[in-house]
Amino acid sequence: MIGFLQNIGRTTLAFLAAIGRLSLFTLAAVRWTFLPPYYLRQLGRQMIDIGYFSLPVVGLTTLFSGMVLALQSYTGFARFSAEDTVATVVVLSVTRELGPVLAGLMVAGRIGASMAAEIGTMRVTDQIDALDTLSTRPMQYLVAPRIVAGTVCLPFLVLIGDLIGVFGGYLVGVYRLGFNPSIYLSRTLEYLEISDVTLGLVKAAVFGFLIALMGCYHGYHSGRGAEGVGRATTNAVVSASILILIANYIVTALFFG
Amino acid sequence: MTAQRKASPPKIVLQGMTKSFGDKQVLRGIDLEVAAEESLAIIGTSGCGKSVTLKCLLGLLRADGGSIRVDGEEMINAGRHQMESMRQRFGMTFQFGALFDSLPIWENVTFRLRQRQHMTRQQARDAAAETITQLGLAAHVIDQYPAELSGGMQKRVALARAIADKPEILLFDEPTSGLDPITGGVIDRLIIDSVNRLGATAVTISHDMASVRRIADKVAMVHNGVIIWCGPASEMDNSGVEEVHQFVHGLADGPLTLAAQAEARRG
Repeated sequence: MIGFLQNIGRTTLAFLAAIGRLSLFTLAAVRWTFLPPYYLRQLGRQMIDIGYFSLPVVGLTTLFSGMVLALQSYTGFARFSAEDTVATVVVLSVTRELGPVLAGLMVAGRIGASMAAEIGTMRVTDQIDALDTLSTRPMQYLVAPRIVAGTVCLPFLVLIGDLIGVFGGYLVGVYRLGFNPSIYLSRTLEYLEISDVTLGLVKAAVFGFLIALMGCYHGYHSGRGAEGVGRATTNAVVSASILILIANYIVTALFFG
Repeated sequence: MTAQRKASPPKIVLQGMTKSFGDKQVLRGIDLEVAAEESLAIIGTSGCGKSVTLKCLLGLLRADGGSIRVDGEEMINAGRHQMESMRQRFGMTFQFGALFDSLPIWENVTFRLRQRQHMTRQQARDAAAETITQLGLAAHVIDQYPAELSGGMQKRVALARAIADKPEILLFDEPTSGLDPITGGVIDRLIIDSVNRLGATAVTISHDMASVRRIADKVAMVHNGVIIWCGPASEMDNSGVEEVHQFVHGLADGPLTLAAQAEARRG
């Protein structure tokens, strides 16, 4: 019995310590983001990596999601003769929910993993210590540019993903389900409000921050050796994905109504 | 490395420096003095605390207790700014080079120079080319990436990065590990030349006794988290300490082996 309680106590303490470490890391990352010197070249590199090179994966994901959504919503709505709402359902679902969440999850897999692996490898090979010895703060040089790039780039990715997702719905609606193109387009725009898009972009910025934070945190605290880097990479992707789903509900609830 | 020392106050003084990781006490009270322009080598078995000593000296790890003084300035509880300013006086090479994979050689070599001085790209490239040619590398290497270089070349680039802005104190962590004896000898000669040219104080960690004999004026041996012997490199063979004798001569049997076996049993 005592052993069982000891295990619970040890696990609780480890959990609280991890929360504390993450909180301190987050505060330091945000603080160093605003203080000079600013490593603009590092920022540019990260923005290209996150924003530009993630476009294909986000584009494909949202394109097929929009297409599937059009098919599925048509199947459902046809049962009570509401087929003409397909365009509205597609655009609202993509902009408010699917675009940011799917883009977030895909980028978490691509970028969260690569950040954790890169920074983790730097930790294991003493490159982070070398930065310190070369009068450069690792938090400013490695972490801050990634956090800024993640937070700034994901809304742009989501905006493009939204357009592609809606276009996917349009393709299926017009060429598979036989909607009139101009009616489909007018239905798409008729009930769409600017706040629908804004909500999606706010979510995207939050997700971008979380992805970069998790990638950097787990990489920065990576264990020794290849196994340590591998574990850091897995943890970065899993924790970013879970946090995206939690944050998705919180942001939606805040904007609800 | 140099035969005569001036009678001047020590450059680096460690007194009773301790460091633990969880329940494990790695350093139990390190006492060391390094004079200005002196070259000290720290030897000892793997895991005895040599690298931890170096990292505590540079503030990469926080020592738990004792005193670390550089030119009389106490660093043990130094704030961030004081520590950063002190680090600017140091140059360090790491065991596996720790070159930045994503940057070409010229950016690696001039990394700190470019942080501290506003250099143009061309000035930085010129400075990098000058430094690496001093170390026997061809100038065109500056456009290559670390992964394209051999182990010996990476060590030279790491040395170039450490000396590029002429630090007062140079720290070398296993500078010849993983190199063949000939390349190791070349690296040693480059270290000696660089340290002498800069008039720097040097602290080297090494298992390579041939290298230690070449580059060190003074040798300190760490065992069980304390310095068990410290003296001139020339007296290493006649230290009168069993552990030093076993280590220096690479003997399989002796007190170090027994200690390692006891440690392994404790887990």
